[in-house]
Amino acid sequence: MSRAALVRLGLTLLVVLLLELLCRIGMIDNLTMPPPSIILRDMFALLASGKMNGAMLKTLWNVVAAFVAATIAGICLGVAIHGQRALRQGLEPLFATYYAIPVFAFYPLLIVLFGLGDAPQIIIGFMLAVVAVIMNTLAGFDRISRVLIKTARVHRLSPVDTALHVTLPCATPYLLTGVRLAVAYAFIGVIGAEFIMSNTGVGYEISFAYNNFDNATMYPLILLILLFSVVVNAALSRWEITLMKRRGYR
Amino acid sequence: MQRVLSRWNGLLLIVALLIAWQLLFEFAGEDAMAPPVATIGYLLHLLGTADFWSNVMATGTAFLFALVISLVLGLLIGLTFGLHRFSGEVAEPMLVSFYSVPKITLYPIVLLAFGIGMPAKVAFGAIHGIVPMAIFTMTAVGTVKPVLLKTAQVMRLTQWHVVRAIIIPSALPEIFTGIRVSFSLTLIGTLLGEMFGSQRGLGYLLMTAIGLQNVRMIMAVTLLLVLFAATVSVALLAVDRRLHRDVG
Repeated sequence: MSRAALVRLGLTLLVVLLLELLCRIGMIDNLTMPPPSIILRDMFALLASGKMNGAMLKTLWNVVAAFVAATIAGICLGVAIHGQRALRQGLEPLFATYYAIPVFAFYPLLIVLFGLGDAPQIIIGFMLAVVAVIMNTLAGFDRISRVLIKTARVHRLSPVDTALHVTLPCATPYLLTGVRLAVAYAFIGVIGAEFIMSNTGVGYEISFAYNNFDNATMYPLILLILLFSVVVNAALSRWEITLMKRRGYR
Repeated sequence: MQRVLSRWNGLLLIVALLIAWQLLFEFAGEDAMAPPVATIGYLLHLLGTADFWSNVMATGTAFLFALVISLVLGLLIGLTFGLHRFSGEVAEPMLVSFYSVPKITLYPIVLLAFGIGMPAKVAFGAIHGIVPMAIFTMTAVGTVKPVLLKTAQVMRLTQWHVVRAIIIPSALPEIFTGIRVSFSLTLIGTLLGEMFGSQRGLGYLLMTAIGLQNVRMIMAVTLLLVLFAATVSVALLAVDRRLHRDVG
């Protein structure tokens, strides 16, 4: 482990200990936040009881659905747009301002359109994720050296073969950046939508517990989501760095 | 020709989006959506009422406060970590992983800490905006040419002088990109904050409109938000591009 990672671990522990202390001596009201040790204990109890399994599974499936749809659609659209100069220029302003638009503002509309089921939540996750994948696919394809494409042409590869054997493998590190963002955005989208309005899922359970002053459920669930997203993100970025290094970037 | 084309791009895109909206309306029907023309009309009508304006002002005030906090704190954090290499190394993964966390789950904690009302909205907006600002500033400071910093050292400039005369000017384009990203995330954060813990503002209007199945209101407020976000974002993007071009 590097020195920076050690310091990071130490800092995290220090903050947790400080929180524990503040909670124990009553500086932080126990109604506001229970001590971290209690949250951790409650989290294991909650996981062991299996009460949340349904909600967790449902959230996870929606995230996976949004993520898979966004990745496939994003890469396909990215490949398609890359070839069309005019179309790409036309869409440029949309991409540039897309993330300035509060996507969650569309959630009410989606509920009216599709009802209060899984669909609006998956669509929100998809909408947040897909453009990041498209933009990174385009960036990746821009970096492919012309020699490779010319070689493919010399060998008379069909467009599909060119994509499968030359361009896609070549752009993999960038695609992976898009994929990592897609995971994060799908997660943010689905949980956020569940939180705003829904009747199942972890986001819903958190807001339900909040409305019922049920700290013994709310804090463990929040911790669970934080841990999950941090771990997934860290694993993906580690993979990304390994790939980048192998390609000789950085 | 190319240049003329790119100038018309935005307009073409808007027209395409309006057509898509109208088509979606034909497909979804009267109960689920309002068509473009009716929505614009209703929005104009709303903008003529004092009550709607008071909601706009509530959101605007909260957003401005949150934005100022995000930018100032983000800049300070970014500068600190950017200038001090080791602490930057320690902090960067932490900032990046916080960026990818669904911050909405932290909302109950913010509400418990600040209570329902303006402070909670501002805090929630700022939570969203600080991190991207800090990350962009940190990266920008990290990419300042070493030769400039060495020159400063040779000339025995003070830390503050180095920041003012070297770091800020040469990192400005990247910092500005941070401002742009932070702007949009702070807006999202403020709106999300209003959707739960507040009795005023556009987010609150959206939430009550869902409850009442008031499709016209949902569409009008969404349109206003999208217009505002897109307009400011296009303006910021233009400045951003110019800055990046000037530095080369």
